[in-house]
Amino acid sequence: MTLTCHELKQGRLSLLIWTASIGFLLAVCIFLYPEMKEDMDGISDMFASMGSFSAAFGMDQIDFGTLPGFYAVECGNILGLGGAFYAALCSISILSKEEKDHTAEFLLTQPVSRIRLVLEKLAAVFLQLILMNLVLFALAAVSIAAIGEALPIRELILLHGAFLFLQLELAAICFGISAFIRRGGLGIGLGIAAILYFLNLIANIAKSAEFLRFITPFAYADGADILASHSLDAGLLALGFTYGALGIAVACIKYCRKDIR
Amino acid sequence: MTNAICARALTKYYGKIRGIVGLNLEVMEGDFYGFIGPNGAGKSTAIRTLLGLIRPDSGRAEIFGMDIAANREQILAQTGYLPSETAFYFGRKVQDILQLSANLRRRDCRRTAKELCERLRLDPGRKIEELSYGNRKKAGIVCALQHNPRLCILDEPTGGLDPLAQREFFSILKERNRQGATIFLSSHVLSEIERHCSQAAILREGTVIASGTVAELSRTSARRVTLAGNFTGDNNIGCFQDFIRDYQQEEGRISFLYSGDINRLLQVLTCFSLRDLTISEPNLEEIFLHYYANAHSMEGEVQNDSDLS
Repeated sequence: MTLTCHELKQGRLSLLIWTASIGFLLAVCIFLYPEMKEDMDGISDMFASMGSFSAAFGMDQIDFGTLPGFYAVECGNILGLGGAFYAALCSISILSKEEKDHTAEFLLTQPVSRIRLVLEKLAAVFLQLILMNLVLFALAAVSIAAIGEALPIRELILLHGAFLFLQLELAAICFGISAFIRRGGLGIGLGIAAILYFLNLIANIAKSAEFLRFITPFAYADGADILASHSLDAGLLALGFTYGALGIAVACIKYCRKDIR
Repeated sequence: MTNAICARALTKYYGKIRGIVGLNLEVMEGDFYGFIGPNGAGKSTAIRTLLGLIRPDSGRAEIFGMDIAANREQILAQTGYLPSETAFYFGRKVQDILQLSANLRRRDCRRTAKELCERLRLDPGRKIEELSYGNRKKAGIVCALQHNPRLCILDEPTGGLDPLAQREFFSILKERNRQGATIFLSSHVLSEIERHCSQAAILREGTVIASGTVAELSRTSARRVTLAGNFTGDNNIGCFQDFIRDYQQEEGRISFLYSGDINRLLQVLTCFSLRDLTISEPNLEEIFLHYYANAHSMEGEVQNDSDLS
């Protein structure tokens, strides 16, 4: 656990900033709901009939006028994109930073096996993501209670659970990449997160691109789908789990054999 | 006595770039061993291979009789390493880094760390980014020595240290060596090796070209011969051209390294009108430069040195 604690200390400022930023946007969004609800009757129909724009964000499937619907689309995008960026940033450099900052010679000459090092670092990434999501969940619940709405607890758990799983999968994939690179890689991480987000939008718009849902984790974290079915897509989750497990396996195999420069 | 380090035909290429080629090395437990070579000779590659940071393409090596690939953690638990470029985590204090290393080693090193910091005049409460290059090196030294390792591997340890710190550093190393620790340090500063090490190996283009005690390495059959006198026209020294290297002639002065029969040389020298004659052992630096100056004419000498060691 020594290394995990060390990584948590190293990453605490970043965790704080990202949690505060996403949390702030999330709360602002929730506090906007009462104001929007008053003019919602017309707006809801309008949002649902904007063709592919509605389809892209799933607004044709759910009622934007209810709190769960509003939360799934508005807050879902903040949580999904913000969380994915943080997950990618956090894990893409977790292994490579030791070589980039020349600390590898210190860390890798301690009597710690490479596999333990990899797994402790992975644990640190996952713990940070879980911690952020717990705080955001609590913040969302408190904000919803503060505006006097009933807490849609099942929907909230499903949505937040899906986003956490999305972040873990993305982090595991970026972790695999981190084992190969020697320098930073922040661009790669952010790029992957952004591309996977847009792949889901495309899959939602075009029927012929529906296969993209099997690639991007944003598919099983699509708020509209979750609210419509009141469940998570087990098939897509299993696929996401496989991609994540592959990322971790690749990281373990590569890093244990890697020449450290 | 057992081997602290034993490398056999260790080879490592970075793509097409040579790191080390067929490197053989034998360091006995308790040695104070110098590893000499200019920049790019492969010193750091050899050290990093021994520590398991990089994997050799071929060959094998053992530390304390344990294979470097199979027993990496056990070896590292008994080893202290100071990299040539010491870098630590920014935002952390020296004491945090020392504690991190101690925790990873599951050891309580606070007493030794405190003592080493005091001796090297390093404030453990300072943050890493506030440290000068020399102070960062000191932090690296404390980190490498605080757990009283059986083997200290130090890659160019004195860079950035002021003379006082250097003196204290070597006095710490000598104490550790007297207590039984093996010291293995790489350097391109020959005087440093000559003053402090008992054994040494000379590295050239990725391979060890000579090794032995520092006294043996300095005691080659070659002698530095310096003649002062009036030299006009041809001299008879030309007949020794197979035994002469590093020939320098200035006005009234001739100097060369001679590795032939000293009696024959003296016979020839009687024909000269000399004002002065000195015949001395070449210092390690001259031998070292000579090893590097002429790869081909050196082959015989390398053999001699190998025989000596």
